[in-house]
Amino acid sequence: MGEDAESPKINHTFLRDYVTEADVISTVEFNQTGDLLATGDKGGRVVIFQRETESKGESEEVGETGDSGEYNVYSTFQSHEPDFDYLKSLEIEEKINKIRWLPQQNAAHFLLSTNDKTIKLWKVSERDKRPEGYNLKDEEGRLKDISTITSLQVPVLKPTDLMVEVRPRRVFSNGHTYHVNSISVNSDGETYLSADDLRINMWHLGITDRSFNIVDIKPANMEDLTEVITAAEFHPHHCHLFVYSSSKGTLRLCDMRSSALCDRHTKLFEEPEDPGSRSFFSEIISSVSDVKFSHSGRYLLTRDYLTAKVWDLNMDKGPVETYQVHEYLRSKLCSLYENDCIFDKFECVWNSSDSVIMTGAYNSFFRMFDRETGRGVTLEAWRESSKPRAVLRTRRVYSGGKRRRGDVGVDSLDFTKKILHMAWHPSENIIAIAATNNLYIFQDRVNPETQLQ
Amino acid sequence: MISTMECAADAQSLISISLMKIHNSRTQRGGIKLHKNLLVSYVLRNARQVYIKEKYAEIYRMQQYEEVMTVCNEIQELNPLDLDAEDAEDEEQARSACCSAEESLCGAACHRGAAQPVAHARTASALFGCSPLEDGSKEPDPCYYRSCCMEPSPVSHCDQFTANSNMHCNKTTVLDLDTHVVTTVENGYLHQDCCCDALQCGQGAQSPARKRKVEFGCCVSDVEDVSDFTAARKRAKREDCCYSNLDYTDTSNISNLISIFGSGFSGLLSRQSDLEQICSKQVLASLGAWTRAIVAF
Repeated sequence: MGEDAESPKINHTFLRDYVTEADVISTVEFNQTGDLLATGDKGGRVVIFQRETESKGESEEVGETGDSGEYNVYSTFQSHEPDFDYLKSLEIEEKINKIRWLPQQNAAHFLLSTNDKTIKLWKVSERDKRPEGYNLKDEEGRLKDISTITSLQVPVLKPTDLMVEVRPRRVFSNGHTYHVNSISVNSDGETYLSADDLRINMWHLGITDRSFNIVDIKPANMEDLTEVITAAEFHPHHCHLFVYSSSKGTLRLCDMRSSALCDRHTKLFEEPEDPGSRSFFSEIISSVSDVKFSHSGRYLLTRDYLTAKVWDLNMDKGPVETYQVHEYLRSKLCSLYENDCIFDKFECVWNSSDSVIMTGAYNSFFRMFDRETGRGVTLEAWRESSKPRAVLRTRRVYSGGKRRRGDVGVDSLDFTKKILHMAWHPSENIIAIAATNNLYIFQDRVNPETQLQ
Repeated sequence: MISTMECAADAQSLISISLMKIHNSRTQRGGIKLHKNLLVSYVLRNARQVYIKEKYAEIYRMQQYEEVMTVCNEIQELNPLDLDAEDAEDEEQARSACCSAEESLCGAACHRGAAQPVAHARTASALFGCSPLEDGSKEPDPCYYRSCCMEPSPVSHCDQFTANSNMHCNKTTVLDLDTHVVTTVENGYLHQDCCCDALQCGQGAQSPARKRKVEFGCCVSDVEDVSDFTAARKRAKREDCCYSNLDYTDTSNISNLISIFGSGFSGLLSRQSDLEQICSKQVLASLGAWTRAIVAF
């Protein structure tokens, strides 16, 4: 009896904490205007959110844009399905690795989504009218009895409930032998690149049966392999420049005008290793997990396991700024290696004015660094501790020194709650944080518009 | 090189953990993740370096003690001939350090094999040839071991001490998961780094008075006639040199590690506890399977 009374409680707890693997968000991306926000998950689904516009006349003050910070579900579709490579007897995961929006050219929106092997171009369009008044069919689509038709009518478009249609327009398959980790749309609006562990291909958005290989670092003998490509991105303004990062912690800037195959970099960005800090895991923690151009195109932001670094394109000797994200983990690398957390790939983002950088950490924490002051702040994306519209309070990880109330000890960090994926609105101070299967959207009410410097 | 915080004991567990990760990655959904396995192989390499370093340091310490004992024991064998031949002895030491591999295997084989003659018989099957022993040493020691995969190195022993020797080093490394013995085949010479005396040898001795004893069970090859401590210090320098040879440079690459994967993996699969299997042709040939697996996807 006592057991029966207890078991529902236990089951309830179990269900509440259990997260379906397929629901884990694996990528987040705003479109160029920030009106749309797309997320991809491990189950191959894409969910698009649209920013809510307040209806006119309701508390609209002069000067306000009239947009609230609310995002609502706009559309959901299954982008990729689990696949199987019969030749190699390998299962291909349906997990969406990256989503990138194309610049909008007409009423429809286009986005690229990719899993490990295949990139797809999706058209997202709205339909809010439908033709009514057909001659041969009735409203339900059934054929009319011809004898009842006495006159001809012209169908007219009538407004209807908004319908969002998502259709695959292109499928770019068989371009990659290894796992695709990045896609990046070129500023020319016509091409994009896709990068896997050893190669980078350039595609034309309209051509699916061919791609152009622009980087190939596969050694003749795989036994000589020493590094892989971890991320790649086109320059925001120069359509001939792109950058890719490697597992050795180096960045390579390539100019496609110099040669067709950009195996030889135009610039190599590398920070000399500090021999005093050498450990078993030096190679792992120096591997770059994400690289992003600044909006200005002048700087690069990279993330490795413990730090975030800002590089000046004009200086390849080392980063101009280094931010310690969670230095307190340096002494825990061995256990993080055992539980595989050391392989987590954190993303990093710029704000719209390139004055603040943001990246994720563990325990649902994420960090923002103000480049001007060099100071960092730790915030938490956790529903239990923040109600909607509540102000996020800063958190601190206690790793020695004076302990304040609310500090979290290093040993009580929850390493299963990791913030890997995030996005920053292109023009406003709105951020989207993916925490496992939840999406948090935070807005800076004090400074909603980014101050341009 | 590696931070002194990490000791050899951790290195051993890291090696095990890393190999287990690689083993598990083969059955993970989505195929083998090249990036992750590459990073794991780096940890494996680093752990191995520390492990070997610690082992050799231990051996060196042991050897120091043994030498002191040897001096005391063999002090009566001193004669004018030996003193004059001190220069020859230095050269001998240079060669001996290079030849340490053989001695280590001698010791190891003796230690590991079920019985000494059995061990010799088995290792003999892996031999291409045997360097003749000039001194008519009483023990029928197995001498130079050569990797089945590599050309016999015609390089003279002293050349191996040049600074560039590492660059031309051809290394294949094999790890036995059950006994945690790392076997390195380097330029045709086989090292084994588990509790064996790597540095004492007196191959091709000039002096007939030199005796070589291969002791069974304590892994020490007692070969040197030490006339005084000066000679011992000189030997110490040679040994340091030998250590630096063993510090694998960045040219150590995944090929070494794939050798580890191959033997470790087949060890996991077949549960072979027989150490000799590791040196056998079959295991070295099975490395190809791992290479193919990594290339194939």
